[in-house]
Amino acid sequence: MTSALNPKLGGVLDMKPYNNRAWFMVLPVFLIVAFSAVLPLMTVVNYSVQDTFGNNEFFWNGIGWFKELLDPNSELGGRFIDAMGRNFIFSFLILAIEIPLGIAVALSMPRQGIGVSISLVLLALPLLIPWNVVGTIWQVFGRSDIGLMGWALTEIGVDYNYVSGVIAAWITIIMMDVWHWTSLVVLLCYAGLRAIPDAYYQAARIDGASRWAIFRAIQLPKMNRVLIIAVLLRFMDSFMIYTEPFVVTGGGPGNATTFISIDLVKIALGQFDLGKAAALSLVYNLIILTVCWVFYTIMTHFENAERRAQT
Amino acid sequence: MTTLRLEKLAHSYKAKPAAPQDFALKEINQVWQTGGAYALLGPSGCGKTTLLNILSGLVTPSQGRVYFNDRDVTDLPTEQRNIAQVFQFPVIYDTMTVRENLAFPLKNRGIDTAKIKTRVDEIASLLDLTRDLDRRAKGLTADAKQKISLGRGLVRADVAAVLFDEPLTVIDPQLKWELRSKLKEIHRKLAVTMIYVTHDQTEALTFADKVVVMSEGEVVQIGTPEELFERPAHRFVGHFIGSPGMNFLPCVLEGTKAHIGQFAIELGAAYSTDAKAKIELGVRPDFVTLSSAGQGIPVQVDRVDDLGRNRIAHVRLSGHRIAVSVPSGVDAGRSDLTIVFEPSRIGIFANDKRLEPQAWRGA
Repeated sequence: MTSALNPKLGGVLDMKPYNNRAWFMVLPVFLIVAFSAVLPLMTVVNYSVQDTFGNNEFFWNGIGWFKELLDPNSELGGRFIDAMGRNFIFSFLILAIEIPLGIAVALSMPRQGIGVSISLVLLALPLLIPWNVVGTIWQVFGRSDIGLMGWALTEIGVDYNYVSGVIAAWITIIMMDVWHWTSLVVLLCYAGLRAIPDAYYQAARIDGASRWAIFRAIQLPKMNRVLIIAVLLRFMDSFMIYTEPFVVTGGGPGNATTFISIDLVKIALGQFDLGKAAALSLVYNLIILTVCWVFYTIMTHFENAERRAQT
Repeated sequence: MTTLRLEKLAHSYKAKPAAPQDFALKEINQVWQTGGAYALLGPSGCGKTTLLNILSGLVTPSQGRVYFNDRDVTDLPTEQRNIAQVFQFPVIYDTMTVRENLAFPLKNRGIDTAKIKTRVDEIASLLDLTRDLDRRAKGLTADAKQKISLGRGLVRADVAAVLFDEPLTVIDPQLKWELRSKLKEIHRKLAVTMIYVTHDQTEALTFADKVVVMSEGEVVQIGTPEELFERPAHRFVGHFIGSPGMNFLPCVLEGTKAHIGQFAIELGAAYSTDAKAKIELGVRPDFVTLSSAGQGIPVQVDRVDDLGRNRIAHVRLSGHRIAVSVPSGVDAGRSDLTIVFEPSRIGIFANDKRLEPQAWRGA
C-alpha cells in the first residue's frame, strides 16, 4: 500500500488494491489440519517427554526416553535397533525383488487386444484385497496341516514351518508382500512403457538393436520417472509394514519378524508405556521422512544436473 | 541400373477388402531410380505414410511386391532392408551422447571400434555435428536431433534409401529452410535415394527431383515440380499445388474456343471430348491477369489479397469465382475491369483428367 504512494515505484502493478483478507479462506483448511494432524501429533510429542504410572498422572521426563531409545545397551534401545535392522533388511529385499520383477512382468504384458484388459484386471486384484485379509490368506496358505502351500511343501519333504522356522517365516512374509504389491510396480512400469511412441521401436529395429539394447537404450530410460515413484512408494510402504506379518507370524518366531511397527504396538498397547511408544513413534516417523527426503534430493539433484548440462 | 520397384502394390488395413475404398493404398506400379530425391505429396489420409511404411517394412502390403535392386524385400523385416528412416518427431536415445547415438547402428551390427569411429566422425562433419559429438543428445534442439536421426541412417555404408516421414514438423520455421537445404546437400554428396513424405507443397517442390502426388490412396501424377505446376494431369494436382490453386471453370467446347456462359475464350487448340464428360477449363492464377485496358472478359472484383510480392484478385466471371493476378499499375478498385487469359497455359480437363490437345487439322 505504501508503494502505491511511492512515485519511484509508481506503475500499473502498484495501483492494484492490496488486500490480505483472502487469507481467511485458508482458515477452514487450517482448522481441519490442526485437528486431524497437528493436535494428535502434539499429543504424541507431549507423551514422549513424560512418564506415567496410570491414573492419568504424568511426570516430566525430558529427553530421557529418546536417550534410552538411541542407546543400544538399554533394553528399549536394543529392541529398537534390532527391529530397525529387520525393517531395513525387509525393505531392501522387497525392493530388490519387486522392482526387477515388476519391470519384467510389465515388459512381457501384451500391448494391445483383449489380453491387455485381462492382465490389468488380474494384476489389480491383489491390490484390492485388505491387508489383514492378505495376512489371513497367507497364514492359512502356509499352514502345513491345511494350507495348500504348507502341506505340499511338507509332503515333498521340505522342512517348512513359518511358526518355528526363522527362514520359513521370512520367506513367507516376503512372498506375501511380493504377491500383494508387485502389481503396483507392474502397473506403474506398464504406464511408463505405454507412453513410449512407436517410432522409437521402429527406429530401433532399423538400427538393428537387439532386445536387450532396446531395453537399455529406450525402455529403461523412459521408465526412469515411474521407477523413482515405484521405489519411493514401495520403500515407504514396506518400511511401515504392520498388518500382514502381525497376522501371519505375530512378530515371531521369537522376535525374528518383529518390525518397528509391531514392537511399537507391543510397547504402546501391550505394556502401556506411552512415553516410550511416543518417543519411538517420532523417531520412526523421522527415519521414513529422512530416507524419503534423501532419496528425493538425490534424484532431483541428478535431474537438475542433467538440465544444467543441457543449457 | 539399380532401382526401387513397386509391382502391383496395394494395401488395405481391413482383413477382407472388398470395395476400392477399403484400400488405404490402391494398386500402384512404379520404378524409382537409385540416387533420386522423391517426394510423396498429398493431404492427410492419402496413403503416403502407408506407402512409406511398406517401403520401410513396418507394414506388409496386402498384395504386390517390393523390389530393391531386383531383390524381393516384400517379406523381409525392417532390419534386413538397407533402409533408414527419419520420423516426424525426433527419435534419439536419451541416455547416449551424440557420438554413441551415431555409433549405435554400427555397434549393433558388430563393426569394429576403429571403423565405427572414422565413420561417425565422417558423418558428423557432413551433418555439422562434430562440435556436439560428446554432448548428451537429449539436450540438443529439435533440428539437431533430426540430424542425429538422419545420421544414424547415413553411418551405415549399405543404406540404399533414406525415408523421411514429415521430418520438419517440429522444426522452427527459420530452421526448416536450413535443414532442407542440408538434406539437398547431403543428397548431392552421397547420391543415396531419398524418399520424403510431406503434405507441404513447398517442402516437396524444393526438395525433390520427382514429386509423387497422391490422393485417396492413388498416385495421381509423378513429375518434376515444373511439370506439376505447368501441366497438372489431374484436377487434384492443379488444385493442391500452387497457392492459390488452379482455377477450374465448367465450360462448353466448340472448335478451339471454350464457352463460359456468354463469353468465349480462345484456346489455341481443339480437343476431342466425350459428350457426356464433365468438361472444365483449368488455368493458374499466374496466367490470368486483371486488366484495365478494356480488352478481355468483364468481371466483378470481390476482394484483393496483397501477398507482398504480388497481388491476387478474387473475381467473378458469370457467376464463377476465380483467382487472377493483378499486374502492378492496375487499379483493382475500378468498375470496368476485365481479365485476359494466356491461351497456351490453359488446360482442358474431362472428368477431372487433363486432355491432350488434338493436332491442328485445319479449318
